[in-house]
Amino acid sequence: MNLDFSPEDNAFRQEVRTFIAENYPKALREKQERGETLGKEDYLSWHRILAKKGWAVPSWPVELGGTGWTPTQKYIWSEEQARADTIGVLPFGASMLAPVLYTFGTEEQKQKFLPGIRDGQVWWCQGYSEPGSGSDLASLKTRAERVTGDDGKEYYIVNGQKTWTTLGQHADWGFFLVRTDPDAKPQAGISFLLIDMKSPGISVRRITTLEGGHEVNDVFLDNVKVPVENRVFHENQGWTCAKALLAHERSGIAGVARSKRGLERLRQMASTELSDAGGALIQDAFFRRKVAELEIDLTALEFTELRTLAGESSGKGPGPESSILKIKGTEIQQRLQELALEAAGHYGAPFLGEAGHNSGIGPQHSLDLAGDYFNGRKTSIYGGSNEIQRNIISKMVLGL
Amino acid sequence: MDFSFTEEQSMLRDTVASYLADNYGFDQRRAALGREPHWRPEVWSAFADELGILGAAFPEALGGLGGGYTENMVVMEELGKALVVEPYLGTVVIGGGFLKHGAPAGADELIGQIIAGKAIFAFAYAEPQGRYNLRDLKTTARKDGAGYVLNGHKAVVVGAPYATHLVVTARTGGGQRDAGGISVFIVPKSAKGVTTRDYPTVDGFRASEVYFENVVLGAEARIGGEGEALPLVEKVMDEAIAATCAEACGVLRRLQEGTVEYTKQRKQFGVPISSFQVLQHRMVDMFIQLEQSISMTYMATIRLSDSDAERAKAASAAKVQIGKACKFVGQNAIQLHGGMGMTDEMAIGHYFKRATMIEGLFGSTDHHLARYEALSLGAAA
Repeated sequence: MNLDFSPEDNAFRQEVRTFIAENYPKALREKQERGETLGKEDYLSWHRILAKKGWAVPSWPVELGGTGWTPTQKYIWSEEQARADTIGVLPFGASMLAPVLYTFGTEEQKQKFLPGIRDGQVWWCQGYSEPGSGSDLASLKTRAERVTGDDGKEYYIVNGQKTWTTLGQHADWGFFLVRTDPDAKPQAGISFLLIDMKSPGISVRRITTLEGGHEVNDVFLDNVKVPVENRVFHENQGWTCAKALLAHERSGIAGVARSKRGLERLRQMASTELSDAGGALIQDAFFRRKVAELEIDLTALEFTELRTLAGESSGKGPGPESSILKIKGTEIQQRLQELALEAAGHYGAPFLGEAGHNSGIGPQHSLDLAGDYFNGRKTSIYGGSNEIQRNIISKMVLGL
Repeated sequence: MDFSFTEEQSMLRDTVASYLADNYGFDQRRAALGREPHWRPEVWSAFADELGILGAAFPEALGGLGGGYTENMVVMEELGKALVVEPYLGTVVIGGGFLKHGAPAGADELIGQIIAGKAIFAFAYAEPQGRYNLRDLKTTARKDGAGYVLNGHKAVVVGAPYATHLVVTARTGGGQRDAGGISVFIVPKSAKGVTTRDYPTVDGFRASEVYFENVVLGAEARIGGEGEALPLVEKVMDEAIAATCAEACGVLRRLQEGTVEYTKQRKQFGVPISSFQVLQHRMVDMFIQLEQSISMTYMATIRLSDSDAERAKAASAAKVQIGKACKFVGQNAIQLHGGMGMTDEMAIGHYFKRATMIEGLFGSTDHHLARYEALSLGAAA
């Protein structure tokens, strides 16, 4: 057991750091600093630069575009991205759909869809949750009926409503769970479909979240015609794909490097904010205790993630233990947001919208902290709520 | 970065685990603790001769197996699983730590005796007034010619009743709570002027109040520089904390697994109580605490080789996690066992008692949180 970085690892870190410094888009950086909402092209600009370098999808199999990095290199990569406050590659295509495609898809599907995901040419969204199917995802009702078209080809006609579709307003394509056999047991009648978001019959409606942002959407499907070849894996066996996807979704969710960076920012902020006694807030006995406890919990999570990664590299895939990473990772993110808002004091209150960063009201570091806090409540709900994660550990790990 | 164990380390774990499975069952332990001498010298002999584990963490040149911190971690975790009271921590981790780092004259010979199971150490550092402050010492070692004369009272010296040697912190100078003026001595328990009052501890160990009355020590009894031993004490203490965290992982694992097992057997309302979601989620939270504790134990063990400040921060961070886990997992293990958890016949209560004592051992959760804060705020604290 050791934590040593080899000379190769250190050289790699230097290479990554230099690459980010030299290639991160200036316009994107400025928008982030002004706190502006990022658009589709903003997200994709960095993705495409990474794709050109061959670093957009590190975890994929090497023959499909993965980097073949060691767990240590992946660790370094996430640390350096967090250190430089880069935006990440969006997960929907690259880390959620792609593993399903290269595990369960046909050769044609892989060839058709993976390059667009890898290169940041096609924006994917997720059609899983429905108004009546949240934690009980398998109860989903969106119906896909198989028909023969006028052209003699086979199609699914899809009808229903999906919700909480993150950044679906930008999506070119979506992956959907639909019911193909209403008479089977809930998990047994589901299929996994890839749907062109420009198909007639699809409409996307904004959901405004409590902090005022537009991140999630409703997606309505009204007699949407989907070619049968856009089904991944067997008909009625989409649940297998769904479960595999959720395990991958969980394992990336810990966000350790980003939280470490967030903690650094919190400390910085709390060393300029003042306590009631007039000293730096970080010297306040109550506040600094909360920061210390958070930092210790984050260290524990970091080492749990490293142990998980080490297990993965020795051949075990992300298992149900990744639910621990989801639970602890999101709890820590939320506590960070909570403490940052607390540290802001009075200046947590102003709601300045996008122009706020130049308004001169309050210190720069206080802006949007309440928004981050409100928005951050989603993390213990999405990707399978933290209560559902406990059910998973209970059943799959403890055998209860 | 590497989190794997070597083949030798895995074999060491298996050796200890299988010996304890055969020879250290709950009933055997209970019976032995209830009669003189309240520990099992034959187990210690087996550790030395049959298993050869007492040398696992010592250099090969001294007759050891050439291991170090990871070996101590592996052994301590297994000892924790069986609630072993025999003094590996005091002897190998703490006594051995002082001998290795302080390297006093005769250290090699004493290490040889440890490996052979002949020398047993206990750490006499705490005093009735000092709580967890290592610097708060009223015990004095007055210079007398080339040697010293030791006077004072050490509190709750765990393992002293079985020990042949005591490692003693004492003032050779400075005021009661000063960092300077602290020295460390190895004192044979049979030395003239050493008296003890022995008693059991609530978790089945034995401890003593140790009194030194004009105990005459030669210069060779001192480990490290005169009056400059605090950094050495802190280093060995952090090593002891990492080892205790490992022991706690073993204890926590038994508490967690035992609770899962029990709730699957226990039926109420016509079903196993493990089918109740409120209990399932509690057990998941216990499991998460266990996993986080294992992670922190690895972290602290690896960082024992780092700089003083990093090492200290890591040890305190780990002790905070372990302290919280011991309380949460221990209390909930009893709660989920219901009335059965309250009985002396069931092992679960004995694991709970050990977990509770580990919470306070070498500094409480609050003590280590404060130490961690001070270290991470640096000079600004």
